Amino acid sequence: MIGKTLLLGIAIGLATALAAAVAVSWHPAIPPIPGASPESFDPAIVARGESLAHIGNCIGCHTARGGRPFAGGRPLQTPFGTVFATNITPDPETGIGRWSREAFRRALREGVAQNGDHLYPAFPYDHFTKASDADIDALYTFVMTRTPVQARPPANQLKPPFGFRPLVAAWNLLFLDKGPLGDNPNQPADWNRGRALAEGLAHCGGCHTPRNEVGAARGDHAYDGAWIEGWYAPPLNANSPAVRPWTADELFAYLRTGLSATHAAAAGPMGRVTHALAQAREDEVRAIAVYVASLMAHAPATQGAPPPADKGTVADASHPEAAVLFAGACAVCHEAGAPMMQEGRPPLAWGTPLHEDTPNDTIQIIVHGLAPPAGRSGPTMPAYGESFSDRQLGDIVAYLRARYTDKPPWPDIPRAVAEARKEGDE
Amino acid sequence: MISLDVNGATHQVEADPDTPLLYVLRNDLKLNGAKFGCGLGQCGACTVLVDDKPAFSCLLPIAALAGRKVRTIESLGTQERLGVLPAAFEAEQAAQCGYCIAGMIMRAQALLERNNRPTDSELRAHMAPNLCRCGTHMRILRAVRRAAAAMGGGVRDDPERTL
Repeated sequence: MIGKTLLLGIAIGLATALAAAVAVSWHPAIPPIPGASPESFDPAIVARGESLAHIGNCIGCHTARGGRPFAGGRPLQTPFGTVFATNITPDPETGIGRWSREAFRRALREGVAQNGDHLYPAFPYDHFTKASDADIDALYTFVMTRTPVQARPPANQLKPPFGFRPLVAAWNLLFLDKGPLGDNPNQPADWNRGRALAEGLAHCGGCHTPRNEVGAARGDHAYDGAWIEGWYAPPLNANSPAVRPWTADELFAYLRTGLSATHAAAAGPMGRVTHALAQAREDEVRAIAVYVASLMAHAPATQGAPPPADKGTVADASHPEAAVLFAGACAVCHEAGAPMMQEGRPPLAWGTPLHEDTPNDTIQIIVHGLAPPAGRSGPTMPAYGESFSDRQLGDIVAYLRARYTDKPPWPDIPRAVAEARKEGDE
Repeated sequence: MISLDVNGATHQVEADPDTPLLYVLRNDLKLNGAKFGCGLGQCGACTVLVDDKPAFSCLLPIAALAGRKVRTIESLGTQERLGVLPAAFEAEQAAQCGYCIAGMIMRAQALLERNNRPTDSELRAHMAPNLCRCGTHMRILRAVRRAAAAMGGGVRDDPERTL
């Protein structure tokens, strides 16, 4: 008897849990629209949406290498497998041409597609949800007025059980904190605007905030620095390793041009972010700079910690072989008095990567160099990956650390060199 | 004295270890094919091969070259007996002032030795670090395509976009 009751109880419990799960995970399709005519949108709002698309760098993920803009197909490697970016052109069959404004808004706020399917959080709706309705609507008008491209992305390749989309409902229950963000009345308008953009469409935390085991942002470690594509996105809070203060003006110049004269050139994934921000509205990039600078207000450099001195003699003595390589390969641009230094480029001593806890960013820059996108100007550096052996690269990196920082030597430089060589030179 | 392996021969060089390879090639070894362009690794006129990979010799101190093999354009043949790439550049008249050509040829050589059937976009991406200020790029690309074919391969069209 007891056994039967228990079984019945378990059965009822399971059924209830299942019903609850279905209720939580199930979302209705939002009726498709016949298709929007581009002329039906206000050009001024399309222009606003264009700036926001640059701020979110939508094209960065939603365009395959060599592919048509916004047509998707770019693979995104995640710890759970490969997710292919979707086609967000207004193509009715393979894109989002039949998505109404409400369907688009739901996708950005809740991570649910027009047909009711859960989207994977590789699409950063946990950030986009913070954006204002007006911004989301402007973005909608922008994407709906792009050239439709018929293109179906490849199927995702996820490890079991992640291919089962309803699981995302549980993730959302645990980790999705729906927006939009309200204004903080104690802060000026540009700060509030900057916060809405940085936390929302710009999704800065997507790279700069570490994630937990299931890929959700760790709110207790916001902007504490994290790994992305073999690069370390440094902390944007009181733990910022910068040795010169990040003011709003410096950040604005950096975000807009890819170069801060007192910090470094933007490299790796951040380089691509600055290429996009260069095309966004100036006042919106400035607002982001105001907000992000406020996050770093208590960082050591902002608090007036003096930058370390150049210990050239000490480093030359402790790393004689690397000192020779530096003199022959690096000094022509980076030593005091070099032509590049006359143009106001940051001295290596101020370069944030050298002051990070790991050598990876420094090595990535040396191995792959820096190149602006085709047809545009920006910081340039030749790639040294094929000029130097692994050991020589490691020696140079150790020399830079000893010469320009007060920090202890980096551990495990050979591993970081090997990792940088493995990463594509994208 | 530093020992350098250039074009298959070993040379003992009397130069500071931080001397760029380009200076040693031109001044000490009288191999004047590689050119000094910018001295900043931005133009590619000084490109040579180090262990089969292209490198800017103006930014490569000889101290880095122990045990590594350097090859310059002089290794690709003589004026009387042109190598495949130099012959292809001549056939396509792929030079105007010619200053960049030694670097262009060495960079192309590295690609074709590794892969003589690259796609057109692979070819363009590979050649991108080397600049030609006369604007001879289209002829240079034609010359590399010609050389790829002469080597038994050929530059392929890019595959249809599979989007």
